[in-house]
Amino acid sequence: MLEISNLTHTYGSGPGAHHALGGIDLKVAEGELVCIVGPSGCGKSTLLRSIAGLLRPTGGKVVLGGTAVDRTPDDLAVVFQDYSRSLFPWMSVADNVSLPLRRKDMDKKQRRSAAMEALEQVGLEGAAAKYPWQLSGGMQQRVSIARALAYRPSLLLMDEPFGSVDAQTREDLEDLTLRVRSHHNMTILLITHDIDESVYVGDRVVVLSKAPARIVGDLRVDLPAPRDQITTREHPDFVHLRAEVGRLVRGMRSQSAPAS
Amino acid sequence: MTGRSLLDNRPLCGAVGVAGLFCLVELAGRTGFIDPIVFPLASTIAGRAAALAADGDFLADVVSTLGAWAAGLLLTVLVAVPAGFALGTMPRVESALRPVLEFLRPIPSVALIPLALLLFSDRFDMKIAVIVYAASWPVLINTMYGLKDVDPLAKETLRSFGFGPLAVLWRVSLPSTAPFIATGVRLAASIALILAISAELLAGGASGIGTFIIEAGSSPDALEFIVAATIWAGVIGIVSNTLFTLVERRLFRWHLARTEGAR
Repeated sequence: MLEISNLTHTYGSGPGAHHALGGIDLKVAEGELVCIVGPSGCGKSTLLRSIAGLLRPTGGKVVLGGTAVDRTPDDLAVVFQDYSRSLFPWMSVADNVSLPLRRKDMDKKQRRSAAMEALEQVGLEGAAAKYPWQLSGGMQQRVSIARALAYRPSLLLMDEPFGSVDAQTREDLEDLTLRVRSHHNMTILLITHDIDESVYVGDRVVVLSKAPARIVGDLRVDLPAPRDQITTREHPDFVHLRAEVGRLVRGMRSQSAPAS
Repeated sequence: MTGRSLLDNRPLCGAVGVAGLFCLVELAGRTGFIDPIVFPLASTIAGRAAALAADGDFLADVVSTLGAWAAGLLLTVLVAVPAGFALGTMPRVESALRPVLEFLRPIPSVALIPLALLLFSDRFDMKIAVIVYAASWPVLINTMYGLKDVDPLAKETLRSFGFGPLAVLWRVSLPSTAPFIATGVRLAASIALILAISAELLAGGASGIGTFIIEAGSSPDALEFIVAATIWAGVIGIVSNTLFTLVERRLFRWHLARTEGAR
């Protein structure tokens, strides 16, 4: 459903130019949850922004659902790391969630009920009338997730979505993502710098090199479902995979051939 | 705790200050330190001010000034907010007009009243023109500043859902700039009052607080009338500022919560 071919991007020009992406080829199948992991500053966000149509890449092509992305695609939603800036403080939680639905052919009542349904899925039905800044960080990020869910995108992009919350909340949000994903059968591309997280939530982990980013590893994660914060993380395959991803992120040679 | 109790006492502190000044002026007159003929007693002024509040002619003047003030302020918002958006969203237009703005802004608005008198034959139009000119600055500047403060990630969020530039302007830039515009309008309200009365003082006209003050100058109790009318002008200013502040706090609670939370 998502096909990226030879994607390159350079910021600026001349000797000061920064080559963020050095030719990315990636295919994501319908319903897959792919984690993209790489060292900080490697161009992960550039990749995400190119897919979302927020940035026009210097070269290459992004094809989503059969059509080339040259502007922001209609059936795509993004969850950003910085929930406090990405939610609108002048709107209630329910209004934040239902705002993007104005792009769809829905009347006010339908938008409202879709928003409430999404809030229920993230366990925030009681906070609908509150304002984002009245909620904790983890709850705010749940609202962002609910906003994306209500929109029912065919592709959900998540840019370091759990990078600004504490460890406990982080685990809760990881499980929440897995839950809503199995419920909606959505395709998700999740960007993270956390190796454990990428193995824990992903069906596939794609490892990027330092900038200019290239794909240095593409590993299939075949951990038993449903995943569990304790048992999954002590599973021998998990331990093996996280070591493998860790080596790739650090630029060391892989111990075994990539799975796909 | 100390800061809190100080804040709670602020109206009380103010009342004590006003009462203190009142007593001081009264005492200065009573002891002969200031001759009551040179400057009236505080109690005389207070009495005169109270009498003015029931004086139909004076009230008509107040209504006239407030009418010009409100009309001018409304027009200011209608002119300056769109202008601020135009300048704030089109950098080229802004750079082209910047020298003109930098030249015009430091000119004291009151100095333009004689020019406005020549340009506008109607006194009311003249008043409105100088009010709009002077009061537009804080609204314009605050709108432009507010637009610069709009979070790029907020705009990007809406864009990522497929919204176009106009929708982003309407749904993100405008609400996000609104608290800054409101502050600008509050400042503009004070300036508009100053300009309305200044125009009346300089250009006369049929009615208005300024006209009342000029005409009072020829009466035997000139000083009492002038000071009392001036006090009412000050009261109107305080009341308008307080009302605007209250409305701002109420409407933009989210903005306060955010800026105070960041501290």
